[in-house]
Amino acid sequence: MSWRPSATVQMIRARAKLYQQIRTYFSDSGCLEVDTPLLSSATNTDPDIASIYVQNQYLQTSPEFAMKRLLAADSGSIYQICHAFRESEQGRQHRPEFTLLEWYRLGFDYQQLMDEMEQLIDLVSGQQNQFRRLSYQALFAEFLAIDIYSINLVDLQDCCQQHVPGTDVVKMDTDQCLDLLISLVIAPGMKGYIFVYDYPLSQAALARPSQNDPKVAERFELFHDGLELANGFSELTDAGLQRSRFMADNQQREKRGLVQYTLDENLLSALEAGLPGCAGVALGLDRLLMVLLKLDSIDQVMSFCDV
Amino acid sequence: MASYSTSEFRSGLKVMIDGDPCAIIENEFVKPGKGQAFNRVKIRNLKTGRVLDKTYKSGESVEAADVVDINMQYLYSDGEFWHFMVPDTYEQHAADAQAVGEVYLWLKAQDTSEVTLYNGTPIGVTPPNFVELEITDTDPGLKGDTAQGGTKPATLETGAVVKVPLFLEIGEMVRVDTRTGEYMSRVKK
Repeated sequence: MSWRPSATVQMIRARAKLYQQIRTYFSDSGCLEVDTPLLSSATNTDPDIASIYVQNQYLQTSPEFAMKRLLAADSGSIYQICHAFRESEQGRQHRPEFTLLEWYRLGFDYQQLMDEMEQLIDLVSGQQNQFRRLSYQALFAEFLAIDIYSINLVDLQDCCQQHVPGTDVVKMDTDQCLDLLISLVIAPGMKGYIFVYDYPLSQAALARPSQNDPKVAERFELFHDGLELANGFSELTDAGLQRSRFMADNQQREKRGLVQYTLDENLLSALEAGLPGCAGVALGLDRLLMVLLKLDSIDQVMSFCDV
Repeated sequence: MASYSTSEFRSGLKVMIDGDPCAIIENEFVKPGKGQAFNRVKIRNLKTGRVLDKTYKSGESVEAADVVDINMQYLYSDGEFWHFMVPDTYEQHAADAQAVGEVYLWLKAQDTSEVTLYNGTPIGVTPPNFVELEITDTDPGLKGDTAQGGTKPATLETGAVVKVPLFLEIGEMVRVDTRTGEYMSRVKK
């Protein structure tokens, strides 16, 4: 095994410059830098995210829960650059330990936060970029000519089978089919920066339901040439609804034979005490560096990939 | 039976797919922002040699295939089977025509090949990368033509036909790359 860094000195300098630009941008725009612990006694219940467990504590899968507790304690708008951990996620675009820029803007909704992301990306890339915005429904209509809300499961499974032969589609539910299609069929055909927004309510995560359309949640993701860079929400502030989503996650975990997690009661108490209306987003900085430096493997921007 | 989770997938891993032993050639982890992750794998069916693509939901398990690769010495062919021996144990294995395929063209007694056993039965043979074989038939050599390009077909002792330089004669030994079937050099006896 080589002791040498995985990234070149040029990449390491590019990362330092990126962090500096981000810090200047947020400090100039009234957003406070915070630092929350990597270790936590509770973790994310999302059945598709596995937490790394160390000595009775979890390494955070994102700083979201801790940052929301700060917001509920009147921190005002905040941001953080930190590491996050997800077990078993390893590949050309994944590392089990990676870097996030996560920020929350009080009084913003998700569309306003997308506006701000455009500004920030133009700033760090040193150029004006074109950004498209497509709803999740419109994305599937444009790339696959299907309406995700009227198609039945059998036809959706057929669509998966047709586009991704060699998949055992019978065992896949609606969201798994949509995940397969967006990751393996749609994303490879995406060009440039695209915001995908208004995800189905079944994929709401911690986003608030839309006021206009009961089928969707105010969640968005940013892609560049099909590489997912960021995931954001108009944040859900309803503690009761958040609790029932966590419990539904745990039911799904039980169904799949996964460990069920104790709910993060500190977060739920903070939501009960009152999370101010806000929008927040997590942006993968390793992947943003890949885009800025035109690299196709995440290892090329990491200082070390020994593990 | 043992099984492997998708997180253990790596190239070379032997698994059972649709009832046949297969080897993973490539494995790619793919995940949308949130939601279900997938492993896209390219696999080779060890019985047929066919390569196919499969997609698994991450976290799924696949049965392990009882497949091992063992270096064995080639002994002889009786016309129906090719017989190999494990040097340390003298244990013998007979490989049929399907397992041997075209590889018989490179099998020479005493040479060591890698034999792939599935449930104890040979299903594949990988010859050494280079073998030295005698020319048993070729057109007469052109004297003096040692430097110019030009090749001619030569039949080797195993039946393999390779292109060799014009100056080579029947009875001479040549070194051949079994991966490409190409002549490498003349070998002094």
